[in-house]
Amino acid sequence: MNVKDNRAWLLVLPVLVIVAFNAVIPMMTMVNYSVQDIFGPGNAYFVGREWFEELLGDFELRNALLRQVMFSSLVLLIEVPLGIVIALALPKRGRSVALCLIILGLPLLMPWNVVGVMWQIFARSDIGLGGAAISALGIDFNYSRDVVDAWFTIIVMDVWHWTSLIVLLAYSGLRAIDPAYYRAAQIDGASRWQVFRYVELPKLSGVLTIGIMLRLMDSLMIYSELFVITGGGPGSSTSFLSQTLVKKAIGQFDLGPAASFSIIYFMIIVTLCFVFFRSITRTQEGE
Amino acid sequence: MMTETMPTTPSLAGTQTSAAARVRPGRKPLLKKLVLSLFFLFLLAPIYWLVVMSFKTDNEIISELTLWPQTFTLENYRIIFTTHSWWSSYINSALYVTLNTIISLAVALPAAYAFSRFRFLGDRHLFFWLLTNRMTPPAVFVLPYFQFYSAFGLIDTHIAVAIAHCVFNVPLAVWILEGFLKGVPKSVDETAYIDGYSFPRFFLTVLIPLIRSGIGVTAFFCFMFSWVELILARTLTTADAKPIVAVMTRVYSGAGIEWGLIAAAGVLTLVPGILVIWFVRNHIARGFAMGRV
Repeated sequence: MNVKDNRAWLLVLPVLVIVAFNAVIPMMTMVNYSVQDIFGPGNAYFVGREWFEELLGDFELRNALLRQVMFSSLVLLIEVPLGIVIALALPKRGRSVALCLIILGLPLLMPWNVVGVMWQIFARSDIGLGGAAISALGIDFNYSRDVVDAWFTIIVMDVWHWTSLIVLLAYSGLRAIDPAYYRAAQIDGASRWQVFRYVELPKLSGVLTIGIMLRLMDSLMIYSELFVITGGGPGSSTSFLSQTLVKKAIGQFDLGPAASFSIIYFMIIVTLCFVFFRSITRTQEGE
Repeated sequence: MMTETMPTTPSLAGTQTSAAARVRPGRKPLLKKLVLSLFFLFLLAPIYWLVVMSFKTDNEIISELTLWPQTFTLENYRIIFTTHSWWSSYINSALYVTLNTIISLAVALPAAYAFSRFRFLGDRHLFFWLLTNRMTPPAVFVLPYFQFYSAFGLIDTHIAVAIAHCVFNVPLAVWILEGFLKGVPKSVDETAYIDGYSFPRFFLTVLIPLIRSGIGVTAFFCFMFSWVELILARTLTTADAKPIVAVMTRVYSGAGIEWGLIAAAGVLTLVPGILVIWFVRNHIARGFAMGRV
């Protein structure tokens, strides 16, 4: 058990200062804007809940949220199992480990809009290898015209981009498992699946919680890749929460509605992550 | 650690190897290799295409699909290395990323220590609140950041981006480091205090060397998330500190897209990442091996 000592606050103070500077003050600015109608400096009117009421009935926001939830669930459902499978298949030792880790790290270290640029090129059926390969199969593939193709492209892109993160975390978790557990499972005559289910998976739950949380947060914030690759289109079929917000904030320069959108958006993410976090930690405590 | 002690008798060693062999039957490695090869192919194919394109002329890129440059050219790279706005943007990025990593580690280390060792008023709430900052979409902060940093006259400086990126890197750093610090037994602290170490001396000479790998892993993640971020970096810079991620979006304006140039710029954004992995690879391996990320 940790010692109770309120002086520990002093150690946390630098973090508080820097995060307050970056998060609390800007957030308060947003709250301030969200209840006003702003025409220019010194020309603002208090409007109360008007923007919030308007937004909650707004189709644009609701559809963006719906698409966002669909996108985030799809990528999580693909990336987490795939990541675990790859982590299990990675070599345990030897020279190839370093090489594998470096290749796995590549997608993670690529700036997000470069990822977008790369896939924008790669998935084009006229000048891109990937798009041309699909076209060669006789499928008319065009992500800038067809909704299904656009969704397929961004999901494959996200899987390409982020599966490595799950792999690296799961791999580290697997490496930390005491070999004695494997021996015990072997003595009990456990099958490969049982070893995974009752030895490896519980031991992985810690790192996987972090991995899933990070993926959930980041998929809910996805912006730069889509900004380059589909620009939210065709139509607004791949326009998620961030795209809709930036369009409002910068495109239309509607400070009041943009600020209330920001607050709703932030609330959605925190709520989703909190519910998710609690349900994962509950299951872990239950086991 | 205890499990790594050598088996005392040869017969015990024999059972271990057979156990390992039976948990992973003989035909599995082939399937594993196949899965791995397919996955790595999938990872490398787009990167390969980007690299190949950077050595092609724009004419070749648009007119035909070639797996290998027909007319090999270094022109795209030459443009980047001789145009000030291009090459300086790489330096700008590297500067604020380094600053951000240093600041994040410096403030996160004491906080992570506090969370791992003490209970204090509101500690759990504080921890989750910190994490909520990691959850805030940068898009939410575009407007207030611009106004806020303008008010301080910080727009278009490297330190502005470095501080702004702390909003997601500091919580992450605290989270990861706390995991590593929990793995350090409390007896280490106690022994050091009995030996008469002051807190700063203990922290710098005992604790930090102990979690070197953890610091390496944290630095890697801070570097990574700061290097790849676009929205805030673009919002807070105009000319002098403009990062490469923002300069790249400029290629789209004007007459047509210079595909070769943008591919070359993209390839070059990978270089610092590869260097960082190379330098911290041992720490990363050890850090990952501790399983505390």
